[in-house]
Amino acid sequence: MSNARLPTRALLAALLLLAALFPLAAPNGYYIYVMSLAFIMAISATGLNLILGYTGQLNLAHAGFMAVGAYTVGILTVDHGVPFWIAFALSGVSAAVLGFFAGLVSLRLKTHYFVIFTLCVGFILYLVIEKFEGLTHGTVGVIGIPAPPAIGPVSFETPVAQYYLVLAFLCLALWVMHRIVRSLLGRAFVAIRNSEDLAEALGVNLMRTKLLAFVLSTVYAGLAGGLYAGFVRFLGPSIALESNTFDLVTYILVGGIGTLFGPVLGALVLTWVTQSLQFLQDFRMIVFGPMLILLVMFFPQGLIGFVQERRAKRNTREKAAPAHREARANA
Amino acid sequence: MNIFFQQLLNGLTLGSVYSLVALGLTLVYGILHIPNFAHGALYMVGAYMAFFATGSLGANYWVAMAASAAAVALLAVLSERLVFHRLRHAPPLHDMIAAIGLLLFLEAVIQAVWGADFRRLPSPYPQIVRAFDLTAPAQRLMIIAAAFGLMAGLHLFLKRTILGSTIVAMAQNREGAALVGIDATRVSMLTFAISGALAAVAATLFAPINLIYPAMGHLVIMKAFVIIILGGMGSIPGAIVGAMVIGFAESFGAFYVSTDYKDIIAFALLVLILSVRPQGLFTRGVR
Repeated sequence: MSNARLPTRALLAALLLLAALFPLAAPNGYYIYVMSLAFIMAISATGLNLILGYTGQLNLAHAGFMAVGAYTVGILTVDHGVPFWIAFALSGVSAAVLGFFAGLVSLRLKTHYFVIFTLCVGFILYLVIEKFEGLTHGTVGVIGIPAPPAIGPVSFETPVAQYYLVLAFLCLALWVMHRIVRSLLGRAFVAIRNSEDLAEALGVNLMRTKLLAFVLSTVYAGLAGGLYAGFVRFLGPSIALESNTFDLVTYILVGGIGTLFGPVLGALVLTWVTQSLQFLQDFRMIVFGPMLILLVMFFPQGLIGFVQERRAKRNTREKAAPAHREARANA
Repeated sequence: MNIFFQQLLNGLTLGSVYSLVALGLTLVYGILHIPNFAHGALYMVGAYMAFFATGSLGANYWVAMAASAAAVALLAVLSERLVFHRLRHAPPLHDMIAAIGLLLFLEAVIQAVWGADFRRLPSPYPQIVRAFDLTAPAQRLMIIAAAFGLMAGLHLFLKRTILGSTIVAMAQNREGAALVGIDATRVSMLTFAISGALAAVAATLFAPINLIYPAMGHLVIMKAFVIIILGGMGSIPGAIVGAMVIGFAESFGAFYVSTDYKDIIAFALLVLILSVRPQGLFTRGVR
């Protein structure tokens, strides 16, 4: 066991080092900006992966909850002068409260009904943000959101400092997610994904467990949204659109659904693929749409899932081989 | 009186368009048990096909409608062959994600060809009909007549023809249908063709009093989903009743409550109903 863990740890340290050195290697500020945005999306996708990948429920309102978090920060800081970090903490709370009530209703529904219902919830969130001008500034959007202020001696004025801030939050998000999915609760989530009936027979309280997964995933969405608000510093209703949820689903699927690092890998790979296909911009879906279909057809485990599967196969073969020889020797 | 009549007419028009879209959706759900998120994209492609046929090829409105229905039916069959048929043994999540991929692809292709601008399809009957102090645009009356004609035709097709009853049989019991020699592949291709054609006709009917743009399918498809959940997924009368409920709720809501929030009404209604009755309005049993 410890033998198999060692390369993963080394790999993690190397990845973290790479991420930390990235601003030094980046040719200009734009690269740092794109990478930071990809990290924020990765945090949001990590949250979606909890409910989609680990618990098996496709929540299409995820971008809506991200928008709730973002608008919490935007409205509180711009219109009410609340300090950024307090507003940021509240972005997770507001998304969680809304997620609790949305989950309470939607999780009584199963499979397709749940998906369609959450699609509608996401659209309601979008329409409310667009039309409720008194609160959200409607289509004009929230302008002039302050950047995250300094914590003690560490200030986040420069893009590079913000990059490290976002990176720190991503690491924290992944560590917490790792703790969640490794806990007994995380196993309950996976049990529900594999078979709701079986999980219930094993004594898992379906509704409470699913609701917990749902609320946790909306907390991730809300905090990612809050971070987004402080980073981009402008908000429009379009961040709540379901197409943004579709983007997050694509990240998860490419990277590896139900794996810890899948959403991050997917977000990074696809962000840079999109950047290198700049000329496609609005038409990137001509490539990504069929890619999504081909992925679920031939490659449903994504990049990380594929690697894990191969490793698992090799391990079983190595374990089986000596047993085989022994059996033959005995015979 | 006239204002009330206008809202009634609006509700009936909306309900007619929604029911054509929802019927296609519910038929496909009945056969394959997948929520076809790409159905809204088929609706959108239908509008663009009619726009292309009348605008660039100079076709007559009705010819354009037929051409658009044929083109979208073909597209729907292709999507069934290339995507959904291959995923029939995959977990439901995969179907849904593939449908989303198809939706994104079709929208991007249309936007690449025609751009993101709003387009208009001229109405073949721009005149206003007057009778007993009441006025009504001819296009709206035509939408209602055409939609109800199509619904009646679909009903006769499903109930009175062998080909139609194979669809009903397969929706009722897949194994049973296979046992009596019904070819599942042919039936699902036929169902997709019908659903695509219905979506294209609905789009072509509705386009003259609406705008054509790549995202035009979003709201319509979501409302169609609301409708078939309300009416019970796979149920044909449920789809029609649900569509009328949503159509009227929207037209009267826009007038008596708020125009800004009229699009929320359908979704709020769904949330409300599912909070009280998670199994939908007209269905019994568990899911």
